[in-house]
Amino acid sequence: MATVTDVKVRTGRRGELGLLGLAVAIAVLARGLVDYHAAYLEIDQMLIYAGACTAVALGIHLAIRRWAPYADPVLVPAVLGLNGIGLAMIRRIDFAYAARGRETDFGQIQTMWTLIGIGLAIAVLVIVRDYRVLRRFTYTAGVLGLIGLLLPLVPGLGLQINGARIWISVFGRSLQPGEFAKIAFVIFFAGYLVSNRDTLALAGPKVLGMRFPRPRDMGPLALVWAAAMLVQIYERDLGTSLLLFGIFLSMLYVATERISWVIVGMGMFAVGAVAAGALFSHVGSRYTAWLHALDASVYSSGASEQLVRGLFGMASGGLFGTGLGEGRPDLVPYAESDFIFASLGEELGLTGLMAILTLYVIIVQRAMRTAIGVRHGFGKLLATGLGFAMALQTFIVVGGVTRVIPLTGLTTPFLAYGGSSMLANWIVVGLLLRISDQARRPDEVAA
Amino acid sequence: MSQLSITLLRMGFLVLLWALVLSAIAVLRADLYGTRVTARGRGRESRKRDDARAEKTASPSRAATGVRAGAISTKDPSAGHLAVTGGPLKGTTIPLGTAPVLVGRASTCTLVIDDDYCSARHCRIYPEGDRWMVEDLGSTNGTYLGNQKVTDPVPLREGEVVRLGATSLELRR
Repeated sequence: MATVTDVKVRTGRRGELGLLGLAVAIAVLARGLVDYHAAYLEIDQMLIYAGACTAVALGIHLAIRRWAPYADPVLVPAVLGLNGIGLAMIRRIDFAYAARGRETDFGQIQTMWTLIGIGLAIAVLVIVRDYRVLRRFTYTAGVLGLIGLLLPLVPGLGLQINGARIWISVFGRSLQPGEFAKIAFVIFFAGYLVSNRDTLALAGPKVLGMRFPRPRDMGPLALVWAAAMLVQIYERDLGTSLLLFGIFLSMLYVATERISWVIVGMGMFAVGAVAAGALFSHVGSRYTAWLHALDASVYSSGASEQLVRGLFGMASGGLFGTGLGEGRPDLVPYAESDFIFASLGEELGLTGLMAILTLYVIIVQRAMRTAIGVRHGFGKLLATGLGFAMALQTFIVVGGVTRVIPLTGLTTPFLAYGGSSMLANWIVVGLLLRISDQARRPDEVAA
Repeated sequence: MSQLSITLLRMGFLVLLWALVLSAIAVLRADLYGTRVTARGRGRESRKRDDARAEKTASPSRAATGVRAGAISTKDPSAGHLAVTGGPLKGTTIPLGTAPVLVGRASTCTLVIDDDYCSARHCRIYPEGDRWMVEDLGSTNGTYLGNQKVTDPVPLREGEVVRLGATSLELRR
């Protein structure tokens, strides 16, 4: 007889420490290059920055050792590496704006958000000792997610920036509640699907050799579809709408193991998106700017100017980039937030972009591996949902910037300037660390 | 700084970026392969059992009889093995000795099958004289020998297929 055993999992804390060292080195070297090219390099400042980075990395490492000793060893170094690159890039764009007489301090603000974000991730580890507790808040999370999604539509509170209505103003700052609603929805979907998946997996009519779900079970899917369409039409944001619908669809697929759900859902979304484009001019103009970006008339009307400038930037970067601090990423509007990916493409080249995308792949793979390892159905769905949310968000942004899909207002996780996104994504990391800690922990009986 | 060192630093940054990516993958290497399959039978436990028996009765050397290590009895001329040829445990073999083999879902069975169409104690395969018999233990979905449902104990010959749920078993020498 043969037996199949899991390979004994080491906690990997030492490996994590080594990787954190690399991540810190990347953050410091990136900032050093940026400062040098802005003729701003001071050794004292750099030493302080290096010391601070090391302290932060050690802080997270010790917090994980204390509160989640079996957590995944690769997650935090990958995230910190991305974050360090993002901070350097935003600082670099601050310098570029300053050279053109526009005083900004995005870099300082973003550093603050990063520190708060890391604090939140550690707080999640301290407060949520067992992720299964979150299942109790299934419907609370659903309601909170819905409120977060709809808040920007409240008159007087919602802000419309560049056509999209996905911000609210709180204490004089703009906040993107959709980023937090994302987490609430993942918790809600996980709790809802783990209880109802048996009904949703029931077989219905067979069409073209594939079993489709029963029409009467379509209710939840139709509801989420309607919500996604409303977001696209009234908040004028395809990104949030696609993110919300995609998260639900992927979790539904994982819960029921039925590919037919994915086909039905993608069909519904495609029909809805095309119809919205035909019926509403503001949605339609976004599609035009995407499909005909390089037309002279579309470009000169300003509709696709940002997108095309981003493409030019990435093209001038080539294979190895111009080098950090040596390009002109500031020629693209919103180079520090929506188009940070194009800025990085210009200065780090394809080689750098591929490394960055691989870091995202590693983060998402860790989430999926955690989902496989964890024994509890709710945990599986939660980890899948969080991982997929990160993957889809990256796809939507990078796809938008590289003209694979229409451009949207979502932010690149950990890289782009934006407080809401930074905080929300560090909370996601905290939750993933907690779930992976419980997934990799040896059985209590054996211990 | 000279232009050369700046270029080196610029490329060095990309190298460092990939160093992080590749060493992260290296840390994950173990878990990309997932699980490890170990053949039992040649494990430490069965060898210990062989040794214990060797102290009691002087059995002929394994090389002389040509019987695989791990067989429960090396003296019984009918010794062979039960091979799982279909179902979730496909590829598993159980050496046959003198003890009956209990098949089912219960963890106390000799061959534990994780199949919804199996009963907890589904069937028994036991030696009688120099033959092996199959007996259904009142299973819900029945045990089949070839196309025949097994009601009373029937002899199981070499190469005949026993089916229960999605699993099929075969007696081999």
